[in-house]
Amino acid sequence: MKDLKYFDYASTTPVDPRVADKMYECLKLDGNFGNPASRSHEFGWKAEEAVERARMQVASLVNADTREIVWTSGATESDNLAIKGAARFYKDRGNHIITSKIEHKAVLDPCRQLEREGFEVTYLDPNEDGVITLEMLKKHIKDETILVSLMHINNELGSVTDIEEIGNFTRENNIIFHVDAAQSTGKVNIDLSNLNVDLMSFSGHKTYGPKGVGALYVRRKPRVRLEALIHGGGHERGFRSGTLATHQIVGMGEAFKIAQDEMEKDNKLIKKLSDIFYKEISEIEEIFLNGNEKNKVPNITNVSFAYIEGESLIMALQDVAVSSGSACTSASLEPSYVLRALGRPDELAHSSIRFSFGRFTTEEEVRSVAETTKKVVAQLRELSPLWDMFKDGVDLEKVEWIPH
Amino acid sequence: MAYSRKVIKKFQDTLNNPVAHNVGRLDPNAKNVGTGMVGAPACGDVMRLQIEVDDDNIITDCKFKTYGCGSAIASSLQMIEMLKGKTLEEAKGIKDREIADLLELPPIKIHCSVLAEDSIKRAIADYESKKT
Repeated sequence: MKDLKYFDYASTTPVDPRVADKMYECLKLDGNFGNPASRSHEFGWKAEEAVERARMQVASLVNADTREIVWTSGATESDNLAIKGAARFYKDRGNHIITSKIEHKAVLDPCRQLEREGFEVTYLDPNEDGVITLEMLKKHIKDETILVSLMHINNELGSVTDIEEIGNFTRENNIIFHVDAAQSTGKVNIDLSNLNVDLMSFSGHKTYGPKGVGALYVRRKPRVRLEALIHGGGHERGFRSGTLATHQIVGMGEAFKIAQDEMEKDNKLIKKLSDIFYKEISEIEEIFLNGNEKNKVPNITNVSFAYIEGESLIMALQDVAVSSGSACTSASLEPSYVLRALGRPDELAHSSIRFSFGRFTTEEEVRSVAETTKKVVAQLRELSPLWDMFKDGVDLEKVEWIPH
Repeated sequence: MAYSRKVIKKFQDTLNNPVAHNVGRLDPNAKNVGTGMVGAPACGDVMRLQIEVDDDNIITDCKFKTYGCGSAIASSLQMIEMLKGKTLEEAKGIKDREIADLLELPPIKIHCSVLAEDSIKRAIADYESKKT
């Protein structure tokens, strides 16, 4: 793993060493291993104290009240609890839900489940930058609309949706607004005391915390109610039963505290690296940035390299860990549904690579990966009949292909 | 995607030394050259095979270019190695299954070897159509 360069931070991040140290303190007999729900002894009290400190750290990053933070097993569970929990609780108000075609599966699959339960779901098409606008939403609002669920930052593109504007509208119209913010923490400022967002999902491991822990923000004023998914002991004020995983929670809390303290520093570095990287690879002909430079977070750079296929590019970039929207890297053999939803031709989805940077990325790595990318793109185009045809001036749209 | 060592080696060899591994093109209009191109950009793979055939119906040279995943490129090279020196009749007998077995392709990648067999058939048909 030593020489492997990690450019897939949007997929997951390594745990910050400072976070790992705090987690380690919550495991062994001589550490803070107690059950936070044990009221009868010091072990329990100490564990509860640690959990509540972490709750404060998470609440503080997004300017929420600690009583509005519910621990979960990750953003997927938070999304499930928010969407299914709100829809089922408010079903007497209406049965219509609005989301978008570029949401994470953790949002789309619960919506599919609700369709099977009799709800009607509208999946909005994004604009070509991968953004949902208030205008798009307004066109599909009905009297029966009870819930809108949209992601803040898209995980494939880094595109940012304006949740402030949309929140103002949903609040005026008495519609619950859920936002998946798994990609947002530590990247952009979130001020829930000024945003009209009712439910917000967070993940530990996208922000240098551990996997297996997340949180759901559930607004108190005006109060949002949910039907719980997991029952058994009434932990987390009944929203989510189950013994709290102290070490995971403490890890997420510490990670969010570091994010709050160091967001500016992290973002400054990442912006610089991202600019260097994009400038370098821009020397390559016929590449396309997926998403809009002006409305995306710098840690994600999603590029299509025309006339070469993404999986072969990943194989050629053998010392670099990246993701692709190519069908060949997915189990389903379908290219990225997010890129397709932008209205790009399928071949550009097949050719796409997502480079994502983070706290531990170095300028040296970025320059080296940019160099390697330039080299292997040229090599693969040398192998590509499509590149030949493009260079010969053949219009690929007019070729009669033989799909198999 | 977990590939066999053979796929990875063939892919890397082709990438690092394309000329030695028959990457390139022949004149598609020459009478002794047959061209077969299959696949579509929207599906994520396009394979172009060209064969040069002598008067005894022996394949004396072949060139390819492939747009596609690692196993599509490895399958192309495997196909080229199998074609060299064969007669047209022998080449017609090459089956996708053989290519897949030699490369130990995972089941989800079998279509890469199908693409190779198809491009052989089409290249031969193109050559034969020029003769008649």
